[in-house]
Amino acid sequence: MDEGGPDVNVLAEAWRYLSAADNWTGAGGMADLLVQQLLLTVTALLMSLVLGLPVALWLGHLGRGGFLAINVSNVGRAVPTFALLALLVVAEWPGTQSFGPYGRAGLATLVALTLFALPPIITNAYVAVREVPEEVRESARGMGMTGRQQFLRVELPLAMPLIMSGVRLALVQVWATATIAALVAGPGLGRVITDGFFRSDYGKGIAGALVVAAVALVLELLAAFLQRFADPTRRVAPSPNRKAGMSSATSTVGPEVDAVG
Amino acid sequence: MEAGTPVASSADGPSCYSRVTNEWICGQYLSDRSQEIVDATVQHVGITVVSVLLGLVIAFPLALLARRLPRLESLVLGVTTGIYTIPSLALFPLLVPFTGLTPTTVVIGLALYALTILVRSQLEGLRAVPEEVRESAVGLGYSRRKLLVRIELPLALPVMMAGLRVATVSTVALTTVGSLVAYGGLGNLIRDGVSTNFRAELLTASVICVLLAVALDVVLVLTQRVLTPWTRGVRT
Repeated sequence: MDEGGPDVNVLAEAWRYLSAADNWTGAGGMADLLVQQLLLTVTALLMSLVLGLPVALWLGHLGRGGFLAINVSNVGRAVPTFALLALLVVAEWPGTQSFGPYGRAGLATLVALTLFALPPIITNAYVAVREVPEEVRESARGMGMTGRQQFLRVELPLAMPLIMSGVRLALVQVWATATIAALVAGPGLGRVITDGFFRSDYGKGIAGALVVAAVALVLELLAAFLQRFADPTRRVAPSPNRKAGMSSATSTVGPEVDAVG
Repeated sequence: MEAGTPVASSADGPSCYSRVTNEWICGQYLSDRSQEIVDATVQHVGITVVSVLLGLVIAFPLALLARRLPRLESLVLGVTTGIYTIPSLALFPLLVPFTGLTPTTVVIGLALYALTILVRSQLEGLRAVPEEVRESAVGLGYSRRKLLVRIELPLALPVMMAGLRVATVSTVALTTVGSLVAYGGLGNLIRDGVSTNFRAELLTASVICVLLAVALDVVLVLTQRVLTPWTRGVRT
């Protein structure tokens, strides 16, 4: 392929690849790979939620371990997803063998994805609970709430928007990392991209990229939509003064974007 | 030590990579392939630095414009977030029809990612300047330009630098993905290490990558100290 200048041929080829039904159906077709990657993404996200969220929320409640909870994100940013995936695949453990529905190099990919989803979840959840105003916490205590009640009825609802934006970041991160997994013979749609590029079939590579990018945007919009529903301060919106005070904490970490693989 | 032939001399002394041994940590590899490692590292740093600088050059005027026009702000933030959602392995191919299999593809892709982080942190930094400070400067007769350069930028600098650090560190990590179009710096070594199952190459490249991120971060922290001497005075 020539350098420079829009290459119309490649785009036409990509379109041809996308519009051929054969490329979507059957074993190893794009529909198959899409399902595989979605399955991987959702599993990894759930695993990191189960692993990371309780610890981070608890630390935030106690107000301890902040250094760790915040720096885990910095470490996560510095480690290239590609390098970690490669190390896990080449190491004998957890191996390159197929792992149930997750395909070849499945377990290595799943471990790497889960690890990369943890930092945004942990950091945001910790900060979210810490950012609940001290006055609110004190009044909860003054009302005679136990630590548990204070956490469940006061801190958790107020922290929800920020926790959810952490989950959203993690979702974007996991989808991106799951794509990169194809660089190390992993499963998923990234295969279409790497196959295309490494065999000089650029139309195919670009077609794969289009699908991956489109699904990424859909997932992001879906997550944004869900986030709106999960925000409890939104549901009580009719009393405006209440809302103003409570969602003010959202802006501190919310807009910060994290690294995507 | 023997001269480094590609297939290591298993007979003449200890080697940790050959057909039979495949160690993770290997001094022999470092000396045999030092030129290759240095070249990859230089390419890596080059791509990272150019990308972040390009991101900065675009982000700054964009942030200033967005601050002036609130309607533009939501547009800028929306579009950059959208780009950010696209995985790097998909963004590079999408640029290939326009820039080909060149380092430009990688640089533009990485600059787009850096841009998102930078615009946000710059807007946030400028917004954090207290209104009273701004008013007093205007009261003292500062022009808009002077207000920006003398008052707002210095005060916004810590937040902006925090954004620059995040952008730089993540760009170092993302550069590896450029190996898709054969310009990934250390990522090329990682890819080669995976395809030939060469552990020493893989681990070495990964470690250098992390060290690079840390080193560039330290450089930025030191730069920030030099640029904001007043914050040092407060702390001590």
